[in-house]
Amino acid sequence: MSIKLNSNIPSGPLADKWTQYRSTMNLVAPNNKRRIEVIVVGTGLAGASAASTLGELGYNVKCFTFHDSPRRAHSIAAQGGINAAKNYQNDGDSVYRLFYDTIKGGDYRSRESNVYRLAEVSRNIIDQAVAQGVPFAREYGGLLANRSFGGVQVSRTFYARGQTGQQLLIGAYQSLSRQISLGNVQMYNRHEMLDLVKVDGKARGIITRNLLTGEIERHAAHCVVLATGGYGNVYYLSTNAMQSAAWRAVRRGALMANPCYCQIHPTCIPVSGDYQSKLTLMSESLRNDGRVWVPAKQEDAKAIREGKKTALDIPEGDRDYYLERRYPAFGNLVPRDVASRAAKVACDEGLGVAPTGLAVFLDFAAAIERYGKSEAISSGIKNPSKEKITELGTAVVEAKYGNLFEMYEKITGENPYKTPMKIYPAIHYTMGGLWVDYNLETNVPGLFALGEANFSDHGANRLGASALMQGLADGYFVIPYTIGQFLSGEIRTPNIDPNSPEFAEAENAVKERLNKLVSVKGDQSVESFHRRLGKIMWDYCGMSRNADGLKSALKMVRELREEYYKDVFVPGTADEFNPELEKATRVADFMELGETMIMDALNRNESCGGHFREEYQTEGGEAKRDDENYAYVAAWEYNSWEEGPIMHKEELVFENVELKTRSYK
Amino acid sequence: MKLTLKIWREGGEFGSGKFETHQLDNVTEHMSFLEMLDVLNEDLVQQKKTPVAFEHDCREGICGTCSMVIDGHPHGPQAKTTTCQLHMRKFKDGDTITIEPFRASAFPVIKDLVVDRSSFDRIIQAGGFVSINTGQAQDANAIPIEKDTASAAFDAATCIGCGACVAACPNASAMLFTSAKVSHLAMLPQGQVEAKKRAQNMVAQMDKEGFGMCSNIGLCEAECPKGISVENIARMNAEYLSGAFSS
Ligand SMILES: Cc1cc2nc3c(=O)[nH]c(=O)nc-3n(C[C@H](O)[C@H](O)[C@H](O)COP(=O)(O)OP(=O)(O)OC[C@H]3O[C@@H](n4cnc5c(N)ncnc54)[C@H](O)[C@@H]3O)c2cc1C
Ligand code: FES
Repeated sequence: MSIKLNSNIPSGPLADKWTQYRSTMNLVAPNNKRRIEVIVVGTGLAGASAASTLGELGYNVKCFTFHDSPRRAHSIAAQGGINAAKNYQNDGDSVYRLFYDTIKGGDYRSRESNVYRLAEVSRNIIDQAVAQGVPFAREYGGLLANRSFGGVQVSRTFYARGQTGQQLLIGAYQSLSRQISLGNVQMYNRHEMLDLVKVDGKARGIITRNLLTGEIERHAAHCVVLATGGYGNVYYLSTNAMQSAAWRAVRRGALMANPCYCQIHPTCIPVSGDYQSKLTLMSESLRNDGRVWVPAKQEDAKAIREGKKTALDIPEGDRDYYLERRYPAFGNLVPRDVASRAAKVACDEGLGVAPTGLAVFLDFAAAIERYGKSEAISSGIKNPSKEKITELGTAVVEAKYGNLFEMYEKITGENPYKTPMKIYPAIHYTMGGLWVDYNLETNVPGLFALGEANFSDHGANRLGASALMQGLADGYFVIPYTIGQFLSGEIRTPNIDPNSPEFAEAENAVKERLNKLVSVKGDQSVESFHRRLGKIMWDYCGMSRNADGLKSALKMVRELREEYYKDVFVPGTADEFNPELEKATRVADFMELGETMIMDALNRNESCGGHFREEYQTEGGEAKRDDENYAYVAAWEYNSWEEGPIMHKEELVFENVELKTRSYK
Repeated sequence: MKLTLKIWREGGEFGSGKFETHQLDNVTEHMSFLEMLDVLNEDLVQQKKTPVAFEHDCREGICGTCSMVIDGHPHGPQAKTTTCQLHMRKFKDGDTITIEPFRASAFPVIKDLVVDRSSFDRIIQAGGFVSINTGQAQDANAIPIEKDTASAAFDAATCIGCGACVAACPNASAMLFTSAKVSHLAMLPQGQVEAKKRAQNMVAQMDKEGFGMCSNIGLCEAECPKGISVENIARMNAEYLSGAFSS
């Protein structure tokens, strides 16, 4: 059966849609709000901001996280910054420009109306965060500082050293804590949502597992908001932490949109061994000052790989600053997908610089010299020595990126002030996610998705510093309004009964799934399956993809899934604190999700943003889109695994921007 | 390298707790400490034994989840480093490493190395916020804040809520954690309005949770992976006292 996807975009001119819609929306009166229960799953930027704001509005909120505290959500790890169209730098920024950059950066695969709204509310986010006490970086005059991120030519990124995500999340966490103390939000830590419960087609609750005791619980509400983050962990090695909940909603009929759009971040610390569990990001902000290069000659690259030479032995003339060469207009600040692919091309040509052959340099020597000279001038030092310049310049670079440099040194044991960093692309963000309409409501009535968990704003590629913006836009400024569109129809609905047959069925399904996993009692660890899944996904559905590879990957993932249920070993039982079992349920989901990602990648016979199909590229090796046939959102419906998932389409309509070939040259 | 691990096991088959010894032969210097534990757990799972329960999430030194005491130091011997950022190159072949949970009565052990730190959340809930609702904010640049002040507030705000300060303190005091939040907000004009009341309420909650008194030993700062300064404690005491006099 075909599902009709109605994006519910309000009518009117782009710039007025949100304002007009907001002032004509249905409202829920304060006395009714007090009666209405809302479940929010997730306490990252999206979940914490949503739960606290809904609590402030007077709804009865129940908020869940599988972490031991709301403050541990992975948003905490975001480093570089958050965009907002404040135009504080007077450099020509505007809501329209942020909108346009985001649409273009997303390779024309996102919805105009949602993106415009995002750009519009971006300004309120900064105001809100400052009012909460978020200590953003400031200039000497006391006003807020900005920097640039990839894919744009203005400075609109606000930041708090290299810990912007931490500071924004702490801000949201504080607001959430206040609502908890006021009794408006009931917080459930260490509770993992394992299933969604629908009653008469509407989302009415969730089934959770108390991770401390293993107890399975039913939680009912008038609606459910998922803010459970992205699914990058399907790849095992990524900059993400382990989580998955969206897929659990997909099993109950929500659609997964564009799952093949995964972002590969160009600047991560390269893999160093098989035991590796996690890849560490080196913030994109480093590309403001770092220059990316590889040796121009293969023999130099080989010598570096073998430890016979270092970066410092390669003279300027024998270096290839390939981003500056290939993309003179944006240079080192091209968008992530472009920078990642260029690194892969360089390494494929035998120019990689780590023992694995998979790394390029990110060099700060030029920045240190430049800053050193300007510091010397401003502090009145005449004819400074080279050492003095280096000393002064190093201090400037340290003030800007000190914590990142320190992190790099701890992990690699090398000093990046002295020798260039080695970096390589890694999975970082998932643009795909639950399909939502303009209200951020999924195709399941009463089920909303926010933040990285939805697909809505970034198209096929997300610009740096835009995820924090989107998570907070969704939570603080969008859902508090749009949720009323659904809930205004529910004011006569009494509290939802968790003893209904629908809840019992879902609880049983969860118990069965858990028992199935603990009773396999095979010989291989969950981790080993996860690692194998990740390798398949990275090799065939990673930075570049082709039809043959994808087809064989599909077969491999299916076989792996079968093997999983025959040979996985989960120690302990389902009725106790059991981290291995937690992992096992997530990896089980990742296998199904991985399969859907591959199907999506196979279906999309074009290259766009993070989805690069080798068959579809220009002569210069750039992504070749097919707007004629693929300017749509592919939303996948869960179905029996024999037949495979079913695709539904939402055609994207562009009324305000002209679809162009993305060029950063 | 070859290592001997003495690890605290508690709960389930281990009852009220004891040390268990394991040998690991295949540790490389590039591994992080948690990856070394992953390898141990992978071995244990292979032998159908219960893996060691330990908490971790970001593995980037920022979420504050990875709590354990390594050779007597919360987060191990390297200064200003969380367990997940500690790498095995800091150890030598043949070393014996002792690993225990954070110990404090306000952090009850759940299992092995996992403790319950929800008392920290409750301290924040007692007042660690600015009372402002979404949508009430004025323009972000309306109040200029001196760069150095913003930077000092940031230094306090950088606390990751891991609890190492409590684990390091012989009195199991939570003064460093609490004062970091009090100072972060008190230094900014937005947080100044409620500063006194905040200090009163958070300190009262801290006492209620059963954290000990501060006797100015300073181990909290020494062991803090983010280098949060004990100056924050002085700042909190000032807010607390002026609040106590005016109330
Ligand atoms: C290392 C790193 C650096 C980044 N840097 C930047 C940056 O500089 N700028 C930028 O804009 N973006 C950045 N990003 C991206 C950005 O941080 C994320 O996209 C964003 O923070 C996601 O927020 P979220 O609220 O959607 O999800 P998350 O913060 O991931 O939160 C998910 C929440 O859901 C909960 N959860 C998940 N599943 C379940 C379940 N089944 N049951 C119960 N709870 C569940 C988790 O406990 C958690 O609370 C970065 C990402 C990474 C990984
Ligand atoms: S795991 Fe996040 S700080 Fe160590």
